[in-house]
Amino acid sequence: MPSTLPDGDPVPVDGSLPSGALASVGARGFGIYVHVPFCASRCGYCDFNTYTASELGGGGAQDSYADTVLAEVALAARVLDAVARPVDTVFFGGGTPTLLPPDDLGRILEAVNKAFGLAPDVEVTTEANPESVTPASLRRLRSAGFNRISLGMQSVAPHVLALLDRRHTPGRAAAAAIEARAAGFDHVNLDLIYGTPGESGQDFADSLGAAVAAGVDHVSAYSLIVEDGTRFAARVRRGEIPAPDDDVAADRYLAADEALSAAGFAWYEVSNWARSPTAACRHNLLYWRGGDWWGFGPGAHSHIGGVRWWNVKHPSAYAGRLAAGGTPAHAREVLAEADRRVEDVMLRLRLAEGLALESLAPSGLVAAADAVGSGLLSVAEYERGRAVLTLRGRLLADAVVRALLP
Amino acid sequence: MPTTLEPGATDPGRIRNFCIIAHIDHGKSTLADRMLQITGVVDPRQMRAQYLDRMDIERERGITIKSQAVRLPWRVREGDQAGYDAVLNMIDTPGHVDFTYEVSRSLAACEGAVLLVDAAQGIEAQTLANLYLAMENDLTVIPILNKIDLPAAQPEKYAEELAHLIGCQPEDCLRVSGKTGEGVSHLLDEIVRQLPAPIGEADQPVRAMIFDSIYDVYRGVITYVRVIDGRIEARDRIKMMSTGAVHELLELGVISPEPKKAGAIGVGEVGYLMTGVKDVRQSRVGDTVTINSKPAKTALGGYKDPKPMVYSGLYPIDGSDYPNLRDALDKLKLNDAALHYEPETSAALGFGFRCGFLGLLHLEIIRERLERESGLELISTAPNVVYRVVLDDGSEITVTNPSEYPTGKVAHVFEPVVRATVLTPNDYVGSVMELCQGRRGTLRGMDYLSADRVELRYTLPMAEIIYDFFDQLKSRTKGYASLDYEPSGEQQAELVKVDILLHGEAVDAFSAIVHKDKAYNYGVSIAAKLRTLIPRQQFEVPIQAAIGSRIIARETIRAIRKDVLAKCYGGDITRKRKLLEKQKEGKKRMKMVGRVEVPQEAFIAALSTSDSPGEKGSGGRPSRQDK
Repeated sequence: MPSTLPDGDPVPVDGSLPSGALASVGARGFGIYVHVPFCASRCGYCDFNTYTASELGGGGAQDSYADTVLAEVALAARVLDAVARPVDTVFFGGGTPTLLPPDDLGRILEAVNKAFGLAPDVEVTTEANPESVTPASLRRLRSAGFNRISLGMQSVAPHVLALLDRRHTPGRAAAAAIEARAAGFDHVNLDLIYGTPGESGQDFADSLGAAVAAGVDHVSAYSLIVEDGTRFAARVRRGEIPAPDDDVAADRYLAADEALSAAGFAWYEVSNWARSPTAACRHNLLYWRGGDWWGFGPGAHSHIGGVRWWNVKHPSAYAGRLAAGGTPAHAREVLAEADRRVEDVMLRLRLAEGLALESLAPSGLVAAADAVGSGLLSVAEYERGRAVLTLRGRLLADAVVRALLP
Repeated sequence: MPTTLEPGATDPGRIRNFCIIAHIDHGKSTLADRMLQITGVVDPRQMRAQYLDRMDIERERGITIKSQAVRLPWRVREGDQAGYDAVLNMIDTPGHVDFTYEVSRSLAACEGAVLLVDAAQGIEAQTLANLYLAMENDLTVIPILNKIDLPAAQPEKYAEELAHLIGCQPEDCLRVSGKTGEGVSHLLDEIVRQLPAPIGEADQPVRAMIFDSIYDVYRGVITYVRVIDGRIEARDRIKMMSTGAVHELLELGVISPEPKKAGAIGVGEVGYLMTGVKDVRQSRVGDTVTINSKPAKTALGGYKDPKPMVYSGLYPIDGSDYPNLRDALDKLKLNDAALHYEPETSAALGFGFRCGFLGLLHLEIIRERLERESGLELISTAPNVVYRVVLDDGSEITVTNPSEYPTGKVAHVFEPVVRATVLTPNDYVGSVMELCQGRRGTLRGMDYLSADRVELRYTLPMAEIIYDFFDQLKSRTKGYASLDYEPSGEQQAELVKVDILLHGEAVDAFSAIVHKDKAYNYGVSIAAKLRTLIPRQQFEVPIQAAIGSRIIARETIRAIRKDVLAKCYGGDITRKRKLLEKQKEGKKRMKMVGRVEVPQEAFIAALSTSDSPGEKGSGGRPSRQDK
């Protein structure tokens, strides 16, 4: 079962935003997220808002999905009409966006272009499962305007892939990455998962080695999280598989940073490494820097000028709302100034660029000095007026965030 | 001249004062209900179950904490006294081991006792103890077997047992059913026939014994007295003989079973007095009331100041509740002369109170009432008894809190002991003896009450029975054993204070005074428990148990290495911020021990199960005899 949505306030039926929110749209960048809630099968550990074809019917079906999204694009164009500006980044996530025909993805991208315009240097990413792409489909995506692809590699260890319910063979992800570069993608990312029960240090080292050898310019590595309500959580509860161990995860993280650094990558966010500053995912940076974006699709979250909202989760409910001419938003929150400051610390501290010490409250400054003392914040950056996590600090980032906030 | 049964004008010869001695679930309240009905003092429409148990907490737990006296007019129905008019005063007794002194005062107000025993279960240890108390007071005892309507009733068997205990014939045991009312009228007739009437000097200065004192929010303290000599009139000024305090009498009356004002009460009568006093400490159970204008020369005997036997620290979980806790204790104190408390500060738990109780049930009742009636969330520290410590220089200190235990220089330590009586089916004798010996008990004697029931008498250190002794006793005997105990002086013992150190800092809440042979086990078990309860910190935290500077056990909480959510993208931000706010809120409930953050829950969990070493038990409920 996909994770549940937060509580929030009601959203006007026309999706309109408070005038204050529209005052400075795009000052920190403007992005588009498109959620594609379909997967060929569900992975046991995943709590994303995604469905298999057999779970859906009516207005939520896969073949009419692009048209449904176009209706929300039209709604967004109406709401942002007065302040529309070209889009800096577009990100198709899921689910498995590449389960939709490349032409459908292209049509949505084109609609976004018509509604807002795409900036000349626009970054257009899609997520993909290695087994869901072919050299031909990759070429079609590239010609539709996609220039970055993020492939779910997870691991090269067969027993790890099996435990994660992944369908691709160990070599497939690296092969798909090579095919993507051949198709002309500027940037290719491989996603890794570490800390899966049964994964050895060597298994993970092999996965890192394979990712590096595939010649990609970006790697994301995430510790496996047992999310409530997933099949994986149920199996852990029944004692069929052991729960992931935090100490093991810490070891893996250090191994990832070491291997990737040695291969010429640098961390720019807690779980993300890029071969060069231009290889960093600009769309994700927009999230961490407090930028504005509109998220299309069921369960998608948006943020415009201090208002966060999220759509209804189920594809059928989503399609129904739009068919009735209203907003598919489920609820929203209008952030108070204090909330925005909390988010700023919480998100920016995840980045290698960190945050300016002057943005902290007096108690936060004391805590920052303490954190420098205990080796969690970089001394050099602190002296330059910034709070930047050390390697050990990255592993304890949430604790540092709690300490820095009043 | 017509017979008058009015208060203040009743011939003492027509009065019968009695109490009912019973184990808690043997049906005393139901029998009392039936008596109220049969004597006609309660209208059938107003009747409710367990009429006399007032507090909710009593009705829920089936425990009668406070006694009450009810005046019942009764015309004898059968036998050669048929038609004789009498006044019965039924004095309810508290049904619990912690309230022995109150029981003794209730008994002292009576000439007779109805010994009520469940015909399906036989006598229990505490009933036996109270029976002995009644016999020592020369009360006339009428044995009755209750619940004879039950299919499992074995009246013949238990009549033998009772006859053996009080030296009567089995056929002298009356058989009643409080539930159906069978035999109740006959019992009332027998009370009139068998019990002696009170004797006193009507023309002497007033002497009345206080056998109960309760605080009522609207009327102030209500004092229940039994008049021995003289006559108290509604306009008198009364004097408490222990303190010399004089109070204006605002109202005087009898309970039947609702309060009824009266002009006077005389020799042998039982009634209530209201003076507007706001604190039961000014009207103490056992004290003698006299009249200020014509005071008695000597008080009645038997008065004792209630002395706390068990101490525990009570702390609000939310530190800002401290003033509320103080107000709530002040309020409870008005109704409980035995409750002692004084402010205490714990480095670990903050501001709270060191509280003294008569026993563990008393502690539990107070704690539950504080939580229920004042909406407080509390932590109570492991209960301890009172130690007398003699130092090398011959000086002496009284220790009611492990933190007061002197370091070094200790010549001798004395701990309180109790005389405990355990009644058990003979199948479990071995297991009970093993338990008592494990608790440093000394066997004083053993008797067969009947072919299959045994009375075991032990001397035990009180400290050994205040943890989980009763739970252990129940579990070892499949619930069949019953326990009674009374304080019985002190003994010298080899005791040590075990401190628990967290990251080098002693946590006062976990210090305990234990026998030297048990110190190691205590240290190991608390250290192990804390290791699982305290979350990992950013640095390694040693947990040590120490006697003085000697470390006897050690555990380590390894440093946390990972505290970061791997993924935080656009859809995660709101949830993550809310989680962060929740964590910040949780942090406020953390107690700092040095640099170590300890969640309240860890203290609660460690303290609530800090029973004796190596044993798992609910802890702190040794003396509940009612389940």
